[in-house]
Amino acid sequence: MRPLTDDETKTMFEKLSKYIGENIKHLVDRPDGTYCFRLHNDRVYYISETILKLATNISRGKLVSVGTCFGKFTKTIKFRLHITALDFLAPYAKFKVWVKPGQEQSFLYGNHVLKSGLGRITENTNQYQGVVVYSMADVPLVSWPSPFTYCPLSNQISQHIALPLHILSIIQSNQSTYSPPPSHTVHYPIKSVNI
Amino acid sequence: MGRKLDPTTYVKKGPGRKSRKQKGAETELAKFLTDGERDMMMMFCRAGKRAQVTKKPKESIEKEEPKKGFTDENSEWLKPAKRKREVGQSDNEDDSDSQWEQEEDEGQEGGENNKGKKLLIEGDGDDDDLVDDYGALEDSSEGEGEVDGDGEELLPIERAARKQKKLQEAMGQESDDDDEDDDKRTSGDEDMDEDDTVQANLDEMDKFILPGAEEIAKEGVLLVDLQTIHQRIKDNVDVLSHFATKREEGKERTEYLSLLKKDLSTYYSYNNFLIDKLLDIFPVSELIDFLEANEIQRPVTIRTNTLKTRRRDLAQALINRGVNLDPLGKWSKVGLVIFDSSVPIGATPEYLAGHYMLQGASSFLPVMALSPQEGETVLDMSSAPGGKTTYMAQLMRNTGVIVANDASADRLKSVVGNIHRLGVTNSMICNYDGRQFPKVMGGFDRVLLDAPCSGTGVISKDPAVKTSKDESDIQRLAHLQKELILAAIDSVNAESPSGGYLVYCTCSIMVEENEWVVDYALKKRNVKLVQTGLDFGKEGFTRFKERRFHPSLKLSRRFYPHSHNMDGFFVAKLKKFSNTVPTTAVEKDGEEETKPSEAVEVTADSSDEDGPSNAGSKNKSKKQKPVPGKPAMSQKTTANGKPAKSIGKKTTNPSTLKKNEKPTGPKKAKIAKMDGGTVKVDGELKKSNTVKTEGETTKELKEGSRFEKKGDKQRKSPMQSKKRMGKNKFNKLKKLLKKEEVGQ
Repeated sequence: MRPLTDDETKTMFEKLSKYIGENIKHLVDRPDGTYCFRLHNDRVYYISETILKLATNISRGKLVSVGTCFGKFTKTIKFRLHITALDFLAPYAKFKVWVKPGQEQSFLYGNHVLKSGLGRITENTNQYQGVVVYSMADVPLVSWPSPFTYCPLSNQISQHIALPLHILSIIQSNQSTYSPPPSHTVHYPIKSVNI
Repeated sequence: MGRKLDPTTYVKKGPGRKSRKQKGAETELAKFLTDGERDMMMMFCRAGKRAQVTKKPKESIEKEEPKKGFTDENSEWLKPAKRKREVGQSDNEDDSDSQWEQEEDEGQEGGENNKGKKLLIEGDGDDDDLVDDYGALEDSSEGEGEVDGDGEELLPIERAARKQKKLQEAMGQESDDDDEDDDKRTSGDEDMDEDDTVQANLDEMDKFILPGAEEIAKEGVLLVDLQTIHQRIKDNVDVLSHFATKREEGKERTEYLSLLKKDLSTYYSYNNFLIDKLLDIFPVSELIDFLEANEIQRPVTIRTNTLKTRRRDLAQALINRGVNLDPLGKWSKVGLVIFDSSVPIGATPEYLAGHYMLQGASSFLPVMALSPQEGETVLDMSSAPGGKTTYMAQLMRNTGVIVANDASADRLKSVVGNIHRLGVTNSMICNYDGRQFPKVMGGFDRVLLDAPCSGTGVISKDPAVKTSKDESDIQRLAHLQKELILAAIDSVNAESPSGGYLVYCTCSIMVEENEWVVDYALKKRNVKLVQTGLDFGKEGFTRFKERRFHPSLKLSRRFYPHSHNMDGFFVAKLKKFSNTVPTTAVEKDGEEETKPSEAVEVTADSSDEDGPSNAGSKNKSKKQKPVPGKPAMSQKTTANGKPAKSIGKKTTNPSTLKKNEKPTGPKKAKIAKMDGGTVKVDGELKKSNTVKTEGETTKELKEGSRFEKKGDKQRKSPMQSKKRMGKNKFNKLKKLLKKEEVGQ
């Protein structure tokens, strides 16, 4: 486990800022302690310092996971955010999309959010802005394959569009699976967190 | 074709070819059948019954005859049968009303017969409509006049029974038959069987007769149906429960038991080993309940994730989705039991959001027993798939640290998934063999060990256990569990301000994996059993067959599928008592623990118990052990305090070379460094205790000599002191021994 290098930090923060803007410092300095990001096996983990201390006891080969995994770096040093980061990003998200109850299920199982399913949306959402999707009960929605969506159409434009079926939020295609693919349902989710 | 039919020369057609054949058959049979056999045949086989239908009942038909007789040439053999209410009620009212009452007993069959009789009367010679009444009517009518000894009229079934008995005597059947099985086969007549079972049950109500050797051999060849075996099992259990009254003379209990074992293995598909083991654990009637409970699934239960939601809200949300659920019980505030659901429970949005976890009810128990507090450092040694780990995290409100370990890298992926899904942030997941754990990290406040086991408590989930487990499996698992529990104990910090607890649990009901392992730990380490905090469940065994366990084992808890409707489980909570204060009276140390009341009670007990027993390795027994070197050692310990203890540790290290505790030695030192020496003392004392339990006098003598050598020397650090015994410990030991011998 090692701290992130500058380049890695830059890449990661760029990605994060797409969703939460400059609220990144809120992630690091939390009221219940300092948290930090550490890299292990190409994965970025978000852990508090107390855990960090104890985690150094575990040898590298044997450590599987620490704290929360935020995402991973690909072979070409691109950063992919994982579903597991949703809980931390959601409170700080800048642009949110609320989805109607009917569309909720559909979104959960991997479909794009259509304009007809849109409940609310923050103003001034730019095109291709990263957004977090919520249900009407303000529960951040976790979808398969990924929870992170972006808006292909900006807010202003979408207001003028008459057709209800325009795709408003395309699911970003990084695959981190909690739920089984919609084709078969099993009791236990697929456990592997793959790219 | 000309017109051959001449109306004037009409010949009345008599019985057709078939009926003539039948009549002929009867006459044929009469030639070689004896009277008794014929009667029996008349009663049971179809031809006989048909004949009986036409046979006159003694009284009533004679009455009816003048009214109902047939006028054609068939009148001699074709007699109208007794009619029931539907046809000609007026006729039959004269007939004995008692007949009707008896016929009512026959129930529906009688109703059907009515129709049959009706047709019979209307269409003479129409044999196809003959309905078998299985001789019931005939019996009732024939036996009308029969009266039993008390002067009351017998029920038809009773009459039939008597008849059967007479016939049996007439046929000269063996009396030792197991009626249910063997009569069926020996009689060889299917129709007889139905009556047989009725009468057999009557006979058997008093006695369950063991089949002889020939019958068993027969069974081996012929396939026996499961119903028979099931009935036999029930009867056998009944006899065994009231053995004195219901036993058969000359048959030993073992014979009944061996038959029962065989039947149980066949009926429930267990292997013999497992049945034997289960018979040891359960009384016979409870065993049947247990086996039955293993055939059906336990209800699906979920645990609310209080980090993200409340049980009330979750229940509401799930009900809205169409799930039928209920709170799990008074003992759990987070459990819900699912009765049925229109959506898959493992795929609801709430599940994906991590609001609940699918978990068996019995898995709640060890975590409830352990009850980790906020801010503690907790270890879960065998954590996959992560249900207990996440429960602990929610109890700790995501504070403190949880280390989730599992030896299997594949199954760890499930832990990772569940931890992330449920929003646990204070965890570390690693992939060590649990036995190595004290080396990696120690000083935990609490440790949970859900040891790998044979799975005999979760047979309902995995029926393969029924046939796959063997003696060697159990022994191997027991060995592994013993190693793991010692490693777990070594990872606990006895000095922890809020903890020092270890919970050992398995999903098995075998005594070898449960009480025996805990008892072993009690002997080998400074731990004691404490209350689990679970107020339901059966107490653990304190003795089992020839083994005797520590009496505090009754504080552990056993759960069974048939009595608690959850998977079979065993939970034991151990507390590691601290030995930091180097005073003489070890009992005082015990009293200074965080839980004084329990300590006093249990230590008092344990000190009493350990006195007589040779094996007790608790510190208290140190004094009570009548071993030469010991008093000297203890005195020296007290005099020298810490240094002597370090010496003690040193000396005992070579002795424990070949034991499992070896890795704990250096590791103990490492931990001691980390924790500032308090644990070291604990470990050293433990080491000395383990030596003591070996009871090897040579080593004790060595210790004595060691003391004389080292005296008051302070040890800088345990690691340095350890340096004395380097790599060639064996040779050094030999030299020491020689020195002592020389010295003496």
